[in-house]
Amino acid sequence: MHTKTLKALSDALSAGELSSQELTQHFLDRIKQHDPGVNSFITVTEEQALAQAKAADEQRAAGNATALTGVPIAHKDIFCTQGVKTSCASKMLDNFIAPYNATVVEKMNDAGIVTLGKTNMDEFAMGSSNETSFYGPVKNPWSTDHVPGGSSGGSAAAVAARLAPAATGTDTGGSIRQPASLCGITGLKPTYGRVSRWGMIAFASSLDQAGPMTQTAEDAALLMNAMAGFDPKDSTSTDIEVPDYTADLNQPLNGLRIGLPKQFFEDGLDAEVGKVVQEAIALYEKLGATLVDIELPNTHLSIPAYYVVAPAEASSNLSRFDGVRFGYRCKDPADLEDLYKRSRGEGFGEEVKRRIMIGTYALSAGYYDAYYLKAQKVRRLIKNDFDEAFKSVDVIMGPTSPNAGFKLGEKASDPVSMYLSDIYTISVNMAGLPGISIPAGLSNRLPVGLQIIGNYFDEARLLNVAHRYQQETDWHAQVPAAFA
Amino acid sequence: MSWEVVIGLEVHVQLATQSKIFSGSSTEFGAEPNTQASLIDLGMPGVLPVLNADAVEKAVKFGLGIEAEITPKSVFARKNYFYPDLPKGYQISQFELPIVGKGHIEITLEDGTTKRIGVTRAHLEEDAGKSLHEDFHGMSGIDLNRAGTPLLEIVSEPDMRSAKEAVAYAKAIHSLIRYLGISDGDMSQGSMRCDCNVSLRQKGEEKFGTRREIKNVNSFKNVEKAINAEIEWQMDELESGREIQQATVLYDVNKDKTFAMRSKEEANDYRYFPDPDLLPLEVTEAVINRVRQSLPELPTQKIERFMAELELSDYDARVLAADRVLADYFETVVKESGAKPKLCANWVSVELLGALNKNDLDIDSSPVSAEQLGGLVKRIADNTISGKIAKQIFEELWINGGTADSIIEAKGLKQETDTGAIEAVVDQVIAESADQVAQYLAADDNKRKKLIGYFVGQTMKLSKGKANPQMVNQILAKKLV
Repeated sequence: MHTKTLKALSDALSAGELSSQELTQHFLDRIKQHDPGVNSFITVTEEQALAQAKAADEQRAAGNATALTGVPIAHKDIFCTQGVKTSCASKMLDNFIAPYNATVVEKMNDAGIVTLGKTNMDEFAMGSSNETSFYGPVKNPWSTDHVPGGSSGGSAAAVAARLAPAATGTDTGGSIRQPASLCGITGLKPTYGRVSRWGMIAFASSLDQAGPMTQTAEDAALLMNAMAGFDPKDSTSTDIEVPDYTADLNQPLNGLRIGLPKQFFEDGLDAEVGKVVQEAIALYEKLGATLVDIELPNTHLSIPAYYVVAPAEASSNLSRFDGVRFGYRCKDPADLEDLYKRSRGEGFGEEVKRRIMIGTYALSAGYYDAYYLKAQKVRRLIKNDFDEAFKSVDVIMGPTSPNAGFKLGEKASDPVSMYLSDIYTISVNMAGLPGISIPAGLSNRLPVGLQIIGNYFDEARLLNVAHRYQQETDWHAQVPAAFA
Repeated sequence: MSWEVVIGLEVHVQLATQSKIFSGSSTEFGAEPNTQASLIDLGMPGVLPVLNADAVEKAVKFGLGIEAEITPKSVFARKNYFYPDLPKGYQISQFELPIVGKGHIEITLEDGTTKRIGVTRAHLEEDAGKSLHEDFHGMSGIDLNRAGTPLLEIVSEPDMRSAKEAVAYAKAIHSLIRYLGISDGDMSQGSMRCDCNVSLRQKGEEKFGTRREIKNVNSFKNVEKAINAEIEWQMDELESGREIQQATVLYDVNKDKTFAMRSKEEANDYRYFPDPDLLPLEVTEAVINRVRQSLPELPTQKIERFMAELELSDYDARVLAADRVLADYFETVVKESGAKPKLCANWVSVELLGALNKNDLDIDSSPVSAEQLGGLVKRIADNTISGKIAKQIFEELWINGGTADSIIEAKGLKQETDTGAIEAVVDQVIAESADQVAQYLAADDNKRKKLIGYFVGQTMKLSKGKANPQMVNQILAKKLV
């Protein structure tokens, strides 16, 4: 049951072959059995899940179900869930019970989707290995001494270990795509503005975007149908009609123009990973696509610019965690300043504090022009690069991450090498474009992802391109032996 | 040494919107603490601001009211600092690109002359909550009802040269925002607050001196007193050869002194940057034109009309047009009474305003309505009552209400205009005043003019004030020969 895709489960529920309660119980049992070794969940909402499943079964029986009514998923613990702890994997919010639902959660609930629980992540989504969580690191189901990637590492690992059929994630610089790549699943980061950010605890507001993490592109399309859309509560969400993302999945790829940016295949790319990606691209050629060499000349500037913009926004976004109204408060504060300093000093982890300091510095009087303003200019250059490229290609392909999973602790003490693992994903956030990572092979028995980048609001095409590949290959269907 | 005072004002005006600038919470004043604070106002994790269109429209109205350029694309920025009544740890404001650009406003000085004061900019921002330091047993309480209330911060050019000019400017802004209906301007409730930047320089010097900013002054009277106290302090410093250090100060009403805030309280680097949760605010020509159509008659236009159409003096027109409610009151009196505008103007600006001032009331809470006063003036104009009787009736209206006609009727105050009846009273007065009559007849014309007052007074007294004074004069003149 647990190896089935969301689509297959949806069909089985529709056909009456199984009930949501059976299905939900099965995944709850699997979480109980397997998660201690993976640590992909922070909170399992068993009681609530079973109640939702019961309601879903009743809805099915009454004949007013959606395609997704009764399928269980997990939410990254960055989405506010009413009445349920929403921690962002931080000590700061260990005691925080959200008083409202994120729009993404609300939409999923409305569709009748069952929530199994909240998944582990890097603290406040700051990290690429899921090692900065207050609740301990997540293990990569393919090799438990390896990291699952981050920041949506819990969601990726849970789907990879088949502890949940699908999960939500958020992506600020690669936080959906990179862990999807490292865990061998499908992860879509939609266009900035496609999915509401209301109720999603902000890391870097101009870059954050929620998306689905699934076994297949088809499943991602199903979840996108439920997630996407304009939200009057989010001024940065876009009022553009949401297509049926499943409608064009099978469109043939004849004549598809695939751009291959030179800068994505240079130094720094692991040779094995490069080979896997080239093989995937060769398959697309067989499917009728044409390959076009392109340039994204400012790629090398994306990481330095990102590490000014994202921390700058984060330093401000995280100011509300001050020990006054909610979250962690230090014991016996002597005065206001002591309350602030110790609540924040004790409540935030090292990586979060590092980024708050970087961001505060970058926005300081006298440095603003040299850092923040310049980074925004670089951002414009990166966007221009993509705009130029999309004049001659339909999608862009390359690796999602320069290497397959690395070992726990391997990069923990070297932030810059950690930051570099997002070199191919960050520029996509800087430009606000959609990108998807799909499993394309293995390197040393660890998954490797192929990244496909699309033009603005071209998610349907990305899903189509990914789906066609998954019709020809079975990388997405492979399950780590211990969880089969 | 001869010093020149340079003053610029930053006026914060609470915009009278139904809901807050970035959330749907009510902005009503005086509710129980924290009952008007939504998830957004509390700065909960994951919440996002959505701009209130009415706040934008009101800001545009103000911009048009001072003939300023409306910025086609203005930007909201975050002003970062920690304080318990600032839930998000930043205030959403506008920094580099405010919605209202350069404009100007005319002020009237006490000698009746006018002066144009430049307005540098006006920007939209959210108010903070309130910290309550009493009644919490050594702790502080936080009330977030005010957090997120829309503010328009209006920054003037350093164009004022005295505390009186600063007050005149504050009053002109107050008048304008009430005209435009964008704020009630109630300073006692904090709907309008002033920060005053004051510096001194030697006469003839072009460079500005170092300024100090007096924060949060909450009445016109205190604007004048605070600035004068600050001028005095700065002058003493400079005359003693000391330099002024830039500082933020507060005005202590009881000591009538300004004092600097602790340097820690002002040593903030606000780290402004564009708020990524809000898109740039676009105000199109179409919106500007629509708002322009909806603008009411503004003070300067009203003054001109009062002078041209109602033939009021410049002085009367300015007094009456200074406040929209007062101007409306006056026009209602004119309409209700059908009397000459000049007569109405006298009654409103002398009798009514005098009574209001004496009782420390403003026009909004006048016990005598414009309709009531109109009914009274009408009876003066048609000679039913004399001005003197009218004053009695006004007092009656003020205390007990009612209408002029009902009071005239009930108290029998109708003016006597019957010649025979007045003659009878005059005859009685002459008969009882033989000495005065002799004196009068012996006097020359000049003296007679003074002496006749006695007979008029006696006649009025005997008629209980009801005799028509003009007729009394005429009849006396005829009989005293």
